[in-house]
Formats: sequence, structure tokens, C-alpha cells
Amino acid sequence: MYELDWSSIPGALPFLWAGMKVTLKITATAMLAGIAWGTLLAVMRFSSNRLLSWFAAGYVNLFRSIPLIMVLLWFFLIVPAFLEGLFNTPRSSDTRLTSALVAFALFQAAYYAEIIRAGIQSVPSGQASASLALGMTYGQAMRLVILPQAFRNMTPLLLTQTVILFQDTCLVHVSALADFFGVAYKVGDRDGRLVELLLFAGAVYFAVSYLASFLVKRYQGRLAT
Amino acid sequence: MSYQWRWGVFLDPVPSSGATYLGWMLTGLQTTVQLSLTAWLIALVVGSLMGVLRTVPSRWLRGIATVYVEVFRNVPLLVQLFIWYFVVPELLPVSVGTAVKQLHPFLQQFLAAMVCLGLFTGARVCEQVRAGIESLSKGQKSAGLALGFTLSQTYRHVLVPMAFRIVVPPLTSEFLNIFKNSAVASTIGLLELAAMGRQLVDYTAQPYESFISVTVLYVLVNVVIMAFMRWVEGRTRVPGYIGGGR
Repeated sequence: MYELDWSSIPGALPFLWAGMKVTLKITATAMLAGIAWGTLLAVMRFSSNRLLSWFAAGYVNLFRSIPLIMVLLWFFLIVPAFLEGLFNTPRSSDTRLTSALVAFALFQAAYYAEIIRAGIQSVPSGQASASLALGMTYGQAMRLVILPQAFRNMTPLLLTQTVILFQDTCLVHVSALADFFGVAYKVGDRDGRLVELLLFAGAVYFAVSYLASFLVKRYQGRLAT
Repeated sequence: MSYQWRWGVFLDPVPSSGATYLGWMLTGLQTTVQLSLTAWLIALVVGSLMGVLRTVPSRWLRGIATVYVEVFRNVPLLVQLFIWYFVVPELLPVSVGTAVKQLHPFLQQFLAAMVCLGLFTGARVCEQVRAGIESLSKGQKSAGLALGFTLSQTYRHVLVPMAFRIVVPPLTSEFLNIFKNSAVASTIGLLELAAMGRQLVDYTAQPYESFISVTVLYVLVNVVIMAFMRWVEGRTRVPGYIGGGR
């Protein structure tokens, strides 16, 4: 039977914390940028301009049908070289973090957009008619009347999606970026204690996600009353 | 830009083997499909069983199912995969662990990925099945019991068949997800579609053609499954119900 030995974890805690900060940074950036871009996409889908609504639908469907790993590989392996070729810039040092941030933001935006679209649809259409009757433009009605109500309804879903995003960030492993999981893996590999470090990483992800989901559920309960 | 497009690259033979790069890609696709389908079987069996357990009166059984769902939903897929691949063989009794490690590498990777994806997706299927059972009116269960069915008969003949028909639409998206999630298996070295794409870039130095083809193949798989599931949804729809789920 395998003897578990946790002794390499205490010494590695500062590195693991540094990795956790990278994980949280990717999560927060992708959440904010993703919700902003996702809102735009959702509004575009309701636009009367065919080109805009087609673009938004195509974007969302494309990103939702490719694995996240493929999107990350595109942004790690292909896009930086493409941009360098396009602008004739010299090979820059380390674009992996930037690539990861952009990839996650663009990918998550597709998922956020679907949630936001459902949120907008859940606002009774009388609200839009009333705003237009009051003389608001379409943009004003969206911004001042519909989106605030939609966001109130869908906050729990957006937060749940963010917990999923937090878990998905460990896929930056494909670029060997030192996020929390990446650090845990490297420390385990270095000390020959991969078993303990992987179990530890799993426990930490579990604790954070479980707590976050629990808080979201409580918040949802408060919204409902 | 001075990129040389060359789509014919896929017909080139792979050095030191009879295959072509196109053949490589199709092998990858085949592995992706095999992995996803076998994992889907595990997910359906485990998910349905646990979904039923989530709704039974016994607190113990419900507790087991709840722990299963929470653990498998709150640990990232990649971490679960690494645990199945690197950790579990170590923690098994020595004889079993050694036997696993002596398997062909492809089999080791495939088994770990299959069990991992199956149980990961099973937790999601479980929640859909539970939601389906809970969406049925109380009268269905009471009527079953009043007719003299035991509790397990009520589940087998009344509740589960109804719940399954209701949860087909939400299960469609889980079925799509398992194909996308199977790409994670490339991280332990399983040569499925995404991994083949990466390998093609290394061998052919034609990154655009390789990645575009792999991406298109994933989109195609998605389209085929959606068409198939729409057909299934049409066949199984229960009149008077709109898709269950949460």
C-alpha cells in the first residue's frame, strides 16, 4: 500500500498561493470582460440589424461547439504568431498570460451571452413597450429598464457560470502556465509527491467551489423572497 | 504575411509509417468518439442510479448520492483526470496497481479518461434525472403506491420512465459536453482529436490547416449530435410537458 507523505506541502505553500493568485486573476478578468462582451453579444442577437444578430449567433454557436482546450491551443500556439506576422513585431517574451486572459474572456462571453439572453427574454415585453411609449430610444430602454431587471434575475446563474470558469482555469496547464494547478503539479513532480499534491489541489478546488456554490444558493434564496 | 497555405498536406505520408496525416486525424476522431460514447454509457448508468437515490426516502442513500454529486461537480475535470491517471493506480492494492501499470499506455490513458469522464458527467446526469423525477406531480408516486406497487416498482414502472422522457432535452447538452470535455484527455497523452491536431502542427509545420481542420471536425460532430438528439427528442416528447431540467 502506498504511504502518503504530506511533508512537501507546507514548504510549497508560498508558491501555491502565488499560483492561486494567477488563477484568481484569470477568473476575475475573464468574468468581467466576459460579462461585458457577453452583454453586447446578447443585445446584438435582439438587434433588428440582420448582420449584427447573425454575427452574435454565429459567434456564440461557434464558441459553444468547440472544446475549451482547442480554444486555448489556438490562443497559445497560433494567434500570437499570427499577430506577430501581421504587425511585424519582434517575437515578444511571454504572451502566455495575456493569451490565457483573452482566450478565457472570449470563450466565456459566449456562455455568459446565452445566460444574459435568457435573462432579457424573462423581462415581460410590456416593460419594453412602456419604455418606448414613454419616449425612450431602444438603447435607453435596454440600458435603463430591461438590462437592470434582467441582471437581477440572472445574477445567480452568472455566478454559477463563474464557479465553472474558476474550475476551468486549470486547463491553462496545456501552456504550462503557473496557475494554482500548474504549481501543484510542478511541486509534486519535483518532490516525487504527485499523489499528495494532486489530492491537495483537488481538495482546495473542492473547498473553494463548494463554498462559492453554497453562497450563490443562499443569495438566490434571498432574491426569491 | 508570407504563410504558404497547403491543404494537400493531409495527403502526405507520415514519415516511417504507411499512414497519411489525414489518417492520423481520422484515428484521433475515432478515439474521441469511442471515448465519448463509452463514457456516456457510464454516465447514463451511474447518473440514473444516483439520480433515483437523490429522491428516495432513505436519508443514508440520499446522502451517498449527494456526496457523489458535490464531489464530482466541485473538482475541476482536469484535476479529476490527473487523479484517475496518476493517483488511483498508486492507491489501489499493489497487485492491482501493478497490473494497471503494465497495460498498454494507450489502454491506461483510455481507461482513466473513460472512467473520469463517465463519473464527471454522471454527476450532471444525476442532477437532471433528479430534477425530472421531482418535476413529476406527487400524484404519480401516490397512485403507484396506491395500486399496490412497492416503492421500487413505482420507480421502475412509473417514475423513471416518465422522468427519462422529460429530461431528454437537458441530457442533449450533457451529451454534447462529453464530446467537448473528451478533449481534456489530450493532457494525459491520449491521442484523441485535439492531441492529433497538436501533433500535426509539430510534424507538418502547417499550423493553420491542422487547427482549422480539427476545429471544423469538432463543429461537425456537434452538428451531427444535435440533429440526432433533435430526432430523439421528437420521438420521446411527452405531450403536455415542456422539457424538464432545472
